[in-house]
Amino acid sequence: MRLLSVYLIGLIFGLGISISGMANPEKVLNFFDITGTWDPSLAFVMGGAVVVAFFGYRYVLKRPGPSFDHMFHVPQNRTIDLKLLGGSAVFGVGWGLSGFCPGGALPAIGTGRIEVLIFTVALIGGMALARYINTHTTKRFQTPGGPALHQPAAHGPITHAPMGPAPDSDKT
Amino acid sequence: MQIVNFTPLASLFGGSLIGLAAVLLMAAIGRIMGATGILSAAVFAEDDRAWRWAILAGMVSGPGLYLLLTGNWPEITVPVSTLSLIVGGVLVGIGVSYGSGCTSGHGVCGLARLSPRSFAAVLTFMAATAITVYVVRHVVGG
Repeated sequence: MRLLSVYLIGLIFGLGISISGMANPEKVLNFFDITGTWDPSLAFVMGGAVVVAFFGYRYVLKRPGPSFDHMFHVPQNRTIDLKLLGGSAVFGVGWGLSGFCPGGALPAIGTGRIEVLIFTVALIGGMALARYINTHTTKRFQTPGGPALHQPAAHGPITHAPMGPAPDSDKT
Repeated sequence: MQIVNFTPLASLFGGSLIGLAAVLLMAAIGRIMGATGILSAAVFAEDDRAWRWAILAGMVSGPGLYLLLTGNWPEITVPVSTLSLIVGGVLVGIGVSYGSGCTSGHGVCGLARLSPRSFAAVLTFMAATAITVYVVRHVVGG
């Protein structure tokens, strides 16, 4: 029941991405090309998504907990640091080069288009590279507190023990 | 400036479905709908991967449902070279790992939660993307 619900939620997301145009690099790149061939559509995608999520979250987060878990896993990290801003800037450069972001590309895999597959393999490669760099270099970029994204995963069952309001990962 | 292929209603409707999926995921299992975190943990994490693969399977089924409903695949036009796809993909992978999220996690869920971190991330990557597109299309390619 839990996994079926999550599958259907993914389906709604994938359909939304398909309808909205977020899976189409031409449309995405034209959104950012204000001085050239501008397509303002993506502002409507973001606007629609944020407004629905804003009111929906306000309603849902008032409930005692989710249906199929014991707690809401909401990111607790509030620090705005070089890691966040530098990472986001690098993401932006990659998005501007390719026209794909992860949320747009993942559903687009379903079309079987080779360009999407190439991008996705490179995306996972980039994630692997970031993990490798983090586990083999200094702790400079590691977030204090909580199981940070790039720390090597702990072995054993302790990482997801129900310990009350434990600091959640800052992953979004 | 020239406005092209503007689809406000489809984009607003598609965006609303994306927002709805984010709300439902929080209601069902209490998780943020972030493509970065879901993909990264599905591939690299050592446990709690089942729901992430389930949602990925659902996402990948999205275009097929779109085909059933409309009779067409969603339009995908890739106006960049294979090299740009590869370099762009690697940079996106590195960037979203360090930045802890992308357009769905920070851009939809984070903004909806009024997270200052997500506002900072979104402003940064939107600016970086716009500058990159400008340089590629009007400085290098112009």
